[in-house]
Amino acid sequence: MTTVNDALREPTADGRFGQFGGMFVPETIVPACQELDREFRSAWADPGFRSELNQLLLSYAGRPSPLTRCQRLSEELGVRILLKREDLNHTGSHKINNVLGQALLTQRMGKTSIVAETGAGQHGVATATAASLFGMNCIVYMGTVDMARQELNVFRMRLLGAEVREAKSGSRTLKDAVNEAMRHWVAVADTTHYCLGSVMGPHPYPWMVREFQRIIGDEARAQCEEMLNGAMPDVVTAAVGGGSNAIGIFAGFADTDAELVGVEPAGGAAIGRQVPGIVHGSCSYLMQDEWGQVLEAESISAGLDYPGVGPEHSYLASIGRARYVSVSDDEVVEAFILLSRTEGIIPALECAHALAWVVRSKSELAGKTVLLNLSGRGDKDVDQMMEIIS
Amino acid sequence: MTTAADDESTSNVLEAALLDVKNRGGKCFVPYLTGGLGDDWLDIVRAVAAAGADAIEIGIPFSDPVMDGTTIQKANDLALEQGATPHSVLSELRSAPDIGVPLVVMTYANIAFRMGYKRFAASLKASGVSGCILPDLPLEEVDEWAEASAAEGVEAVLLAAPTASTERLRRISERSRGFVYGVGLAGITGVRDKLAESAKVVASRLKSVTSKPVLVGVGVGTPEQAGDVSAVSDGVVVGSAMVALMLEGAGPGGLADSVAKFRAALDQT
Repeated sequence: MTTVNDALREPTADGRFGQFGGMFVPETIVPACQELDREFRSAWADPGFRSELNQLLLSYAGRPSPLTRCQRLSEELGVRILLKREDLNHTGSHKINNVLGQALLTQRMGKTSIVAETGAGQHGVATATAASLFGMNCIVYMGTVDMARQELNVFRMRLLGAEVREAKSGSRTLKDAVNEAMRHWVAVADTTHYCLGSVMGPHPYPWMVREFQRIIGDEARAQCEEMLNGAMPDVVTAAVGGGSNAIGIFAGFADTDAELVGVEPAGGAAIGRQVPGIVHGSCSYLMQDEWGQVLEAESISAGLDYPGVGPEHSYLASIGRARYVSVSDDEVVEAFILLSRTEGIIPALECAHALAWVVRSKSELAGKTVLLNLSGRGDKDVDQMMEIIS
Repeated sequence: MTTAADDESTSNVLEAALLDVKNRGGKCFVPYLTGGLGDDWLDIVRAVAAAGADAIEIGIPFSDPVMDGTTIQKANDLALEQGATPHSVLSELRSAPDIGVPLVVMTYANIAFRMGYKRFAASLKASGVSGCILPDLPLEEVDEWAEASAAEGVEAVLLAAPTASTERLRRISERSRGFVYGVGLAGITGVRDKLAESAKVVASRLKSVTSKPVLVGVGVGTPEQAGDVSAVSDGVVVGSAMVALMLEGAGPGGLADSVAKFRAALDQT
């Protein structure tokens, strides 16, 4: 039986977390993935690189992000709730942690351009921001559907100097933006780094992005120890689309007794369906039909509108180290309003999923301490919510 | 020089057919057609065989064809809308044993993985398919599929790209069955105005490490380009140019005319 300490370690040399992960990409970009694996290994072991990244996270991204004790919300639910405030980072979400790491790595590899995919636009905005900071060319692919529902982020990316390209194929959402970004990368991998936004894709991305995001969990652990007089939270929870904010906070608590709970949207619950598949470079649970055609996810949140999930989440589910649940769009809207009214914090729709689960499970969680990763702020979602609420 | 394929007792219908062309001093022409696209796709397959194809690639549509450009994507989506499934494409092929040239299925790993590699390989064999290309299974991920396909006598064709080291090209060539698929350029499928310089370079690099047939595809879209690259390679795979004709509704006659032009260009090489 796998113990908790086996979880959230380095994958095998071939990029596997148990049966999940791997490098399922066209032959043309295998050398680029292998180069990235070598470069990341060497950079991550290099104190100079680590210190440069830490400096950026401090002075540019605004880390460490605070841990907020929620007085009124906790009273209302009967559950002690702590929020890890990734919404207070520069660009408004946890995405900046990963992007600064990958931008530094891009520079180290001597590449001059980055390409990225985006769903809600948070990763796209973060990538465009880093590209501007580092003076790199930046192209972001975004599905036509998402461009319409996240118009503001499209404008922000363009303002930052990025070229936003419409992903018009398939379902015209995040899944297709990934396809287009990969198709683009195949042709230009010698000069361009693919700045993937989540813990998905071919090896080494799921591992590398987790390492760039683990600062969330490492900080939160130290902050919890201080706030809880050395105790740990009973539950650590986060929303899961691709799963980078969740894996980031989980990573800090892998060797504790804390229960790890990932919350998927009901219309995009890849883990909930328990069927493995291969797409976008790795083997993981995947929403698909009986023939292996990938299904379109449907979620109120563009950032979670993805039919797959990072392979390490599939692994954590398969060994029982983390539990995955799903919530409906209606529950998410209620949670979005609740946090706004009780704590004066308008959350991104993505992390409102995690809160929606806490609200639904309040009797099960009564008296417990729950650490919730508030991965982003909700400014980008107010337009959409205006139509839904009023 | 012996190749790994020589040591195996399994079927090598595809490799034998292409080697036969090569040994006669000819160049191989392998067009790609999207399976399940339109009512007449099987008639197109027959017409293309009769017009001089040495083998035919049949695409099984996949929802996320990450190696393909807009033409093949469009054909994929259309075929899926028309109800094509791996089962329907393979069943129709099974009903047409009269095509007369070896068939090679091209699809993506998840189609085979979902069915199970063994079952997928068995259903290819049952449908008279000799080879299979899964472009998102590179060398590092191909072991399980290579074993399952070999057990059914299906030749697993591997892609070799210009970005690979010579050592990697050698290892790919050793593992590949049927032929070695040289990717003509760093990029996705689609017709280009000009043949990329990398096309002949990759052909020549592959020829120096293998005696298996080396066919170049991706970015080979006109008879001139096919003739040009075949001065070095043992032939070509032509996909998007064929599929564009299918999308235009050119029908069996239109496709056969085009194949004849490629055939003529290759026969002059």
